[in-house]
Amino acid sequence: MDNFARSFLLTEIVKGFLLTLKYMFFVPKVTINYPHEKGPISPRFRGEHALRRYPNGEERCIACKLCEAICPALAITIEAEPREDGSRRTTRYDIDMTKCIYCGLCQEACPVDAIVEGPNFEFATETREELFYNKDKLLENGDRWEAQIAANLLADAPYR
Amino acid sequence: MPKITINGKKIDVAPGTSILQAAEQLGIEIPRFCYHDKLSVPANCRMCLVEIEGGPPKPVASCAMACGEGMVVRTDSEVVKKARKGVMEMLLINHPLDCPICDQGGECDLQDQAMGYGFDRSRFAENKRAVPDKELGPLIKTVMTRCINCTRCVRFAEEIAGTPVLGQMNRGEDAEIGTFIDQLVQTELSGNLIDICPVGALTSKPYAFKARSWELRKTETIDVHDAVGSNIRIDARGREVMRVLPRLHEDVNEEWISDRTRFAYDGLNNQRIDRPYIRNKDSGKLVEATWDEAFDFIKTKLKGVKGEQMAALVGDLVELESIVALKDLLGKYASENMDCRTDGAQFDPAQRAGYLFNSTIAGIEEADAILIIGANPRWEAPLINARIRKTWMEKRIPIGVIGEAVDLTYPYHHAGTNMDDLVKLAKDYAKKVKAEKPLIIVGSGVFERTDGMAIHQALYDAAEKLGMIKEGWNGFNILHRAASRVGALDVGFVPGKKGKSFKEIVDGTKDGSIKALYLLGADEFPAHSEIGWKTFVIYQGHHGDHGAARADVILPGSAYSEKDGIYVNMEGRPQLAKRAVFPPGEAREDWKIIRALSAVLNKTLPYDTQAQLRSRIYEEWTHLENIDVVAQAQWKKFGKKGKTLKADFVNPVRNFYLTNAICRASDTMKACSESFVRQTQDVLEAAE
Repeated sequence: MDNFARSFLLTEIVKGFLLTLKYMFFVPKVTINYPHEKGPISPRFRGEHALRRYPNGEERCIACKLCEAICPALAITIEAEPREDGSRRTTRYDIDMTKCIYCGLCQEACPVDAIVEGPNFEFATETREELFYNKDKLLENGDRWEAQIAANLLADAPYR
Repeated sequence: MPKITINGKKIDVAPGTSILQAAEQLGIEIPRFCYHDKLSVPANCRMCLVEIEGGPPKPVASCAMACGEGMVVRTDSEVVKKARKGVMEMLLINHPLDCPICDQGGECDLQDQAMGYGFDRSRFAENKRAVPDKELGPLIKTVMTRCINCTRCVRFAEEIAGTPVLGQMNRGEDAEIGTFIDQLVQTELSGNLIDICPVGALTSKPYAFKARSWELRKTETIDVHDAVGSNIRIDARGREVMRVLPRLHEDVNEEWISDRTRFAYDGLNNQRIDRPYIRNKDSGKLVEATWDEAFDFIKTKLKGVKGEQMAALVGDLVELESIVALKDLLGKYASENMDCRTDGAQFDPAQRAGYLFNSTIAGIEEADAILIIGANPRWEAPLINARIRKTWMEKRIPIGVIGEAVDLTYPYHHAGTNMDDLVKLAKDYAKKVKAEKPLIIVGSGVFERTDGMAIHQALYDAAEKLGMIKEGWNGFNILHRAASRVGALDVGFVPGKKGKSFKEIVDGTKDGSIKALYLLGADEFPAHSEIGWKTFVIYQGHHGDHGAARADVILPGSAYSEKDGIYVNMEGRPQLAKRAVFPPGEAREDWKIIRALSAVLNKTLPYDTQAQLRSRIYEEWTHLENIDVVAQAQWKKFGKKGKTLKADFVNPVRNFYLTNAICRASDTMKACSESFVRQTQDVLEAAE
């Protein structure tokens, strides 16, 4: 009976229209004008990788290969040898971004906060090959995003 | 036989066994840093503390405490756990937190034991100490701040290597390991310091920062840099050999390997022959070719050459399978001109006992008197020398040397320099020898003269006179230098009845009686100047060295790390080598090349797989089938009567670091030769 009355009086349709009307005129809109506007992201957001430097310009990565070892997708390849001054540095640091699953274990494993997943998620490319990142590309990413990455790490630090 | 109870488990042990060893026999793990079962016991790291019930009211260092009758030991009580945590914390106070940049990371005793037995955090907020690094030459990298002063390296250098240059200086916090006056660690076993160091204080310089232990593919195989046949593990990443480590084999190399074995691996990447070459008739230069072209070229060149005009020589690093394949190929041509002794040695290969290390390497420890003739075991086989030193350390046995008087790391009586001295010695002592198990070690260099055959017989007589041969004891030993030699002698890769020996073959290339010569990895003689230019020379091998320089056709073979094969060491112990990486470019496994060539020459050899080839070997030489078993040889007369010359014995190895094609291509070995050998020569010259 109740059911019959509801379907006969079209209450559900009226409810639906009311909701539409509410969002049309009385609630501020939620869509954004994407390339020009962007939604907020967490400091823990795991986006494009970057290799960071110390403030004096020295690269942080010490070729300990822990990220390579922990990477579940085997996306990281590292080769290392002593640099001229005897310090331990990579000669090659490649990430295959097409293999990467963005799990963030590499930045968890890194003892010197060198490899991080930055806030950038807009790195689509036209060809597959462009997604095979090498050391230069990763360091360049680091230089470009350093301010934001440092701010994110600082914001997340109390919870670690 | 004291009875002891550890953690409730009872065991009977031999008198003098320490609690730590007894626990090891029971399979109970006791952590340790300074204790090493081949070295003396200093008990200074205190990690192996255990509790003895009813004993002293404090934990006891189990490595230095001998088992007593009825002792009840606990290794898992609260007292022990607390003691371990305390020791660990003290050790870590001055240990830097640089595991991520340390090459020992991932295979570090301190790392593992800190995880297993240590605290989870540090209470030490003060500054850590820093210790200046020491310069120990081109092989060992030092980071002395990481040192935990276990003194394993000091004891190794003193006891095993016999070069007491390392020591501990100063006291307390200032205590550090170093060389007293700045000098390099001059020993052929220095690489083992890296293995015994429980932390990352001593690491390998050529391997520095190259790879991590967890990313390497491990292959257990056999070494070919000397005739000891050391058991090694080759660690490779991708197609590249990253390092070589020893494997435990108590009867051969214990757990040590020589520096050549450990560090010459970078030679595997240099100077490699990775495709066939043919010498251009007009320009006289070697030109790249395909396998088909090379084989066709050989076929046309061998057309009309008779069996007796062909010859083959086998080099030092070749495995047994390809030696037999080459022998079979020559057999198809009915040629008997073959020799494996490319050092020019002349001795009687008919009796197996005449060329083996009969007492076996472990047997050296049973000897109670040793006579070394015309050899420098320190350079020809460092692990044999380490065994002799071990025996001398334990029993202070008398050791005599006839030949060059060199530093052998143990004292000896220099009894002469030539054959006459030996004959005299044998005569004088014939009836007086009190030793139960006397031993002679004859360097293979002794036979590299025209009177080799006569010397061989004189040595037989001397061995008989000096009582080397007894029931259950054969003390007659030949010290070979080449990994392939005993295997090649066992399968009879020596001139047949009408065949020519090495020297006759080389002479034959000059007078034209040898028209075609097959060099299978034969690099140990200057082929370019010694082989006549009218002879057609085929070289099969892996390095562009002496043999390839003279070749008319080069067939690219594989090095010891790139093929499966049987190697017979100087005792006559066949051992299996395994492939660790693939050969570069067009190179192939050696026996396959010979098999393929035989098909092109219409003399097809009757085996298609290595298993078939091996069963062909086992059929004819049954003793080779028992891998890792030494087949004792029968003692029968060998040698040929003749007059021996008066000339002094000369040690054949003049430079330990550059003895074969792989070493000569290795940058590490060149650096070693530069800093160790050159330096010594300079000092000697300055002294003169």
